[in-house]
Amino acid sequence: MNGEVKTESKLEKILRSGQFAVTGECGPPRGADAEVIRHKCKLLKDKADAFNITDNQTSVVRMSSIASAVIMMQEGMEPVMQMVCRDRNRIAIQSDILGGAALGIKNMLCLSGDHQKFGDHPQAKNVFDIDSIQLISTVRRMRDEGKFLGGDDIKGVPKLFVGAAANPFADPFEIRVPRLAKKVAAGVEFIQTQCIFNLKKFSEWMKGVVDRGLHEKVFILGGVTPFKSFGMARYMAKNVPGMDVPDELLERMKGTPKESQAEEGIKIAVETIQQLKEMKGIAGVHIMAIEWEEKVGEIAEKAGLLPRPSV
Amino acid sequence: MVVGERKPFDEITGMLEGHKKIMVLGCGGCVTVCLTGGHDEVRVLSSQLRMARDNAGNPIEIVEKTVERQCDPEYVEEVSGIVPDVDAVLSMACGAGVQYVAERYPGMPVYPALDTTFVGGSTKEGYYVEKCQTCGACKLFYTGGICPIARCSKSLLNGPCGGSTKGKCEIDPEVDCAWQLILDRLKSLNRMDLYEENMAVNDWRTNRDGGPRKMIREDFQR
Repeated sequence: MNGEVKTESKLEKILRSGQFAVTGECGPPRGADAEVIRHKCKLLKDKADAFNITDNQTSVVRMSSIASAVIMMQEGMEPVMQMVCRDRNRIAIQSDILGGAALGIKNMLCLSGDHQKFGDHPQAKNVFDIDSIQLISTVRRMRDEGKFLGGDDIKGVPKLFVGAAANPFADPFEIRVPRLAKKVAAGVEFIQTQCIFNLKKFSEWMKGVVDRGLHEKVFILGGVTPFKSFGMARYMAKNVPGMDVPDELLERMKGTPKESQAEEGIKIAVETIQQLKEMKGIAGVHIMAIEWEEKVGEIAEKAGLLPRPSV
Repeated sequence: MVVGERKPFDEITGMLEGHKKIMVLGCGGCVTVCLTGGHDEVRVLSSQLRMARDNAGNPIEIVEKTVERQCDPEYVEEVSGIVPDVDAVLSMACGAGVQYVAERYPGMPVYPALDTTFVGGSTKEGYYVEKCQTCGACKLFYTGGICPIARCSKSLLNGPCGGSTKGKCEIDPEVDCAWQLILDRLKSLNRMDLYEENMAVNDWRTNRDGGPRKMIREDFQR
């Protein structure tokens, strides 16, 4: 799938040129120290094409996504500004879209956001004025029609490449392809999926995506997360909603001596990427090495994804 | 109906500190049905309060009364003969009822004995669940008769989110995923086509976001 490049996003250019894209992730710190971001950036630089900056993920207060993205750009990297609907109404959302674009951000990921129950401020009032699908159509309208949700004209439109998430492993499975179709109808241009551990189920979902021709309308990046240990694998299997870790992977991690578990986790991630590269409709991978940024390069290298193209 | 839950006893006794004679005022409406603020509950709470204050060597005199509805000036008027004789009113109505009583009797402290929790109904005796958030623009036509605003934890109009697991919500395995229920209903109605339509951004002006609301029957305004 090609199509006209609509923004200055490197990620968009790579995807539209038909090259296999790689995105990574960088979680902002729980403090005002910019050096934390700069340090993570040094570990991640040139290991992927663009890097998600999470937006108060799991509802834990962190440095803002926009501010962290700006620090990342100062390090010569391309951020994907994540934005959740939990903490902002449509006024704040549109204002932050304008601000982010003005500061040079080129990519945005539209998310509903984890419920605040999971975070460090479960007492907070949530917003959810609009949902992730409505956020997609909002930012597309701002960019392509130059209109605010309220209908007024925008002077100086935000040129953002618009992404969203998809979780093929959540229930009910049967609407997971139709739900992607809804996001496509709203105007999403790239998708990063939930971490893929159950490749069989993921292939089944991708078949549905391809059968409906959705892979020709949206770039799909498969989500990959390396296990640091058996403990982490077990935690993700049991405690993270919407996560599907098959027993055979748990057994494989459990059967590995403790000192080699990290290595085994990386091996599994690399194998997953290799299988994703062969899968019809997959345009790239999204490597989420949670608080393990130093391993992104190693995974990308072993999966044959380096060096990254320059566009 | 409006569902309410009695406040913790200590919070109630805290409000009544310093008062010697009060009226505990029940409501015959919703809170009677949900077993928290009717005639029977007035008797129970009054007994508990008397006992607690007796034990503390600080007795309290309590007048027990229950009116048809506290959200109606006509019924609130019925206790006008009692109010001057007490030094506080403890209302067991919902938040609306408490305010009607307070508004009618200036200078009289009126305290809430309940926390008004939600608009809903019972699934079995003594078990109540939220069904409606009174958003002011009913969408149940599109969602198979199940409200995503009141019953999805994120009020998603285009759900379910990625946290729906085996029919349950990510925030609590005891809570049904509203979108799973919606999908089951749409399927049973053969209306899955409705799911594929994206619901547009909501107009929250009819919700409380538009300011306090009113509903006026013009034909009664003459």
